Amino acid sequence: MGEVQQGVNGAPATAAGMDGASPAGPGLESPMLDALAQLEVGQVVAERDIAFTRDSLVRYAGASGDFNPIHYRDDVAAAVGLPGVLAHGMLTMGAAVQPVVDWAGPARIRDYQVRFTRPVVVDPAAGAVLHVVAKVGQLGEGTARIDLTVSFDERTVLGKAQVVVATDR
Amino acid sequence: MPVNPEIQGRQYPPTEPYLVGREKVREFARAVQATHPEHHDVEAARAAGHADVIAPPTFPIVIQELTLQQLLGDESAGVDFSRVVHGDQRFTATRPIVAGDELTAQLTVTSVKSLGGNDMVTSESVITDASGAHVVTATSSLVVRGEQ
Repeated sequence: MGEVQQGVNGAPATAAGMDGASPAGPGLESPMLDALAQLEVGQVVAERDIAFTRDSLVRYAGASGDFNPIHYRDDVAAAVGLPGVLAHGMLTMGAAVQPVVDWAGPARIRDYQVRFTRPVVVDPAAGAVLHVVAKVGQLGEGTARIDLTVSFDERTVLGKAQVVVATDR
Repeated sequence: MPVNPEIQGRQYPPTEPYLVGREKVREFARAVQATHPEHHDVEAARAAGHADVIAPPTFPIVIQELTLQQLLGDESAGVDFSRVVHGDQRFTATRPIVAGDELTAQLTVTSVKSLGGNDMVTSESVITDASGAHVVTATSSLVVRGEQ
């Protein structure tokens, strides 16, 4: 992949013709494949703010079937010693990958993992805003590992948040 | 009751087939703020080569959840849900889930560890389609807080 990329640099018009590995070529409608072939480690591919309100939590509870009351009842959250009603970890995980999905296309997501390191407290009036930065962490054979930094109140809430994206199709 | 260390390696029976509905995919997509057209628009999904709308990357949690209920409902496992915290989560996919898929999941407990008074239970739920082909593997680590 790396060699093709270097060969193509500065000569995009010949790129399709030189790509002997795929006879059909990237085609006219695959600027994304070209972009994926030219990724560099450290490159930011997407960045976004994601807002949660209490409504978001109720909606996720219904869609996912996770009705743990710590995600919608202040009294229950307080009774178990939490600082407030928390976003479902799986809602944070599910929303945080969306900037990468929109950038690469959903079918290219091969692997996605996170560690839940800090809860996201969702204020009843103000809600909570996450900031997501998606950066190329590593390039592999036909794949790129995109590392997510997901922060809330200036502190990261997910650890080892990594998305493996197919770059060869 | 602490987690029973002997559940390491334990495998539960495959779940009943789960039929993935188009509206369920759209509902889940809205809930995780997934706006890509391939999650919502059948024509866009077909143009991208899928039979129907495709589910967001974390949708497999809905099917994995059925297997986690088996583990949490197994009294001999000793995983007390009221003290469980979700530690890690991972999805490793062969292909996206498509509306119309009929999926079955089977959970295996891959490890049980004790760390500073807490137990960590890692399980792997393999999700396959009606033909038996692999779709996605969902891996979870649950931290079970020790009794103080």
